[in-house]
Amino acid sequence: MTTATPGASSAIGVIPDVMAELQTTEAARIAWRVATVVQVHDETPRARTLVLDVPQWPRHRAGQHVDVRLVGEDGYQAQRSYSIASAPEDAHVALTVERLDDAEVSPYLCDVLQVGDGLELRGPIGGYFVWDFSQGGPLFLVAGGSGIVPLMAMLRHYAHASAADRARVPVRLLYTARTWDDLIYRAELEQFAAHPNVRVTFTLTRSTPAGWTGYDRRIDAAMLREVGWSAAEVPHVFVCGPTPLVESVATLLVEAGHDPLLVRTERFGPTA
Amino acid sequence: MADKPFIARGFHARRASAPPGRLPPGQYETRDFPVLSAGPTPRTALAAWDFTVRDSGGRSARWSWDDFQALPHETPTVDIHCVTKWSKFDTMWEGVSVDALLSAARTRGVNMTDARFVTAFCDGGYTTNLALADVTGGKAWVAFGYDGAPLPPEHGGPARLLVPHLYFWKSAKWVRGLQLMERDEPGFWEQLGYHDHGDPWREQRYRGDP
Amino acid sequence: MDSEDMHLDGNAAAGTLRDVFARDVTTAIATCRSCGTRGAVGALLDYGQEMGVILRCPACDAPLLRLVHTPGWLRLDASGIALLVIPDTASAPQS
Repeated sequence: MTTATPGASSAIGVIPDVMAELQTTEAARIAWRVATVVQVHDETPRARTLVLDVPQWPRHRAGQHVDVRLVGEDGYQAQRSYSIASAPEDAHVALTVERLDDAEVSPYLCDVLQVGDGLELRGPIGGYFVWDFSQGGPLFLVAGGSGIVPLMAMLRHYAHASAADRARVPVRLLYTARTWDDLIYRAELEQFAAHPNVRVTFTLTRSTPAGWTGYDRRIDAAMLREVGWSAAEVPHVFVCGPTPLVESVATLLVEAGHDPLLVRTERFGPTA
Repeated sequence: MADKPFIARGFHARRASAPPGRLPPGQYETRDFPVLSAGPTPRTALAAWDFTVRDSGGRSARWSWDDFQALPHETPTVDIHCVTKWSKFDTMWEGVSVDALLSAARTRGVNMTDARFVTAFCDGGYTTNLALADVTGGKAWVAFGYDGAPLPPEHGGPARLLVPHLYFWKSAKWVRGLQLMERDEPGFWEQLGYHDHGDPWREQRYRGDP
Repeated sequence: MDSEDMHLDGNAAAGTLRDVFARDVTTAIATCRSCGTRGAVGALLDYGQEMGVILRCPACDAPLLRLVHTPGWLRLDASGIALLVIPDTASAPQS
């Protein structure tokens, strides 16, 4: 069994016996802390946004998430991850939670938690599924259902940038949901679509409103070609939502020639 | 010493409405049948499937699917308890009892004298360890039917181990054989801290739980 | 429901991994000991669900990293990773 030699690079073969001591700042970052709910509002009949004041919150990056931990009086514990919906520039941390039937945590967050309550969380977490301006564009965002949440943080981060920065980075969002009423942040997304360099496309898979002329089917290769950029234009792609959707879209993009390293994925599990 | 936890106002475990004595401590009843898998679902064709009982000396008895089906069938109805806290009552199975299997293996020359434990091994590489006493005496089956139909792949089909008196991670999915052991060798989850025995009535979830 | 749908990815394991590595490792590149494929930890497939973290190679399904946090213990088996290359911006040369 090999062990890391002192002074070696960060590459490791097998985990060494002795763990490095945590730096104070790292330890503070990974600690659990109690946030306070300052506002709640419903985005759709099934999705609610919680706006939180988090003490000593380090600025997060768009795409990161928090782990939320609930402990009951009887000691019963449950823990879930939620993507941060707010821009890094915002003072408060917003989470958008989709209420899943027969679940443990989301019904509590959607039905019981109220303004003034404490909520224990740790974060921000994640470094892979993040985007900020330093990465540049073009930026292609593909969301299914509640997968829109981390991508919304990216769009909100984008909206804080200068007009000059935004002119450099074109953004396209393809967002699939069952119905018009299931689209989370719909009004805000329609406002984003008014930006000169931003295109927002919805596809509704179960039913469409009267007069709908948009897409009404599952995302397929043709739709990705029509809505996104070609592989030759080397877009940064972020795909988030239910596992089957994410894998289907990622596979189609790689088959169309996109570099797998530029197609970043975040799976949310089975379709809700 | 553990940090003092923050208590979430109004948060509690799901209410236990099951008849007293039916639900082990810390569990809740579900009407669903949640799928938990440590890896992708293997898809073994019945023509390629076999089941092996092997002793520590390397002697083994092997059954093809058809041979296995010729062993006596039983149809146990049992409660099952997952370490992730759900329990499901009155699940109906069809399978061969491990007693019948080991008896048939003995007649084929497999030596069980020194065996005190078994390791179940499965397609996809999953393993779990059990005491021989926990899979004999009518306590365990190799099950290929669930709820009156062939066991679906996501629930362990073609066949899985069924040991309902222990936490359900011991009921290894996609089982392909039993290795008789003189010593207890922690399997896939046990290596990572889950209990070697796993009795839900004593809440033996993790290594070190009494 | 197909168990094919049940897995997540390395992003979901990031919090628990940070308990061991004391830093985010989702951008680290792991080499699969089984098949040699290299990819970001964030892109590995997490099959652990509520039992723990089981990160598998997207190319060959071999388990690269298994991690379970039980009361009082973290147990890690990273034997499926031949090499883990973690970017360390804090020590990177100033350009």
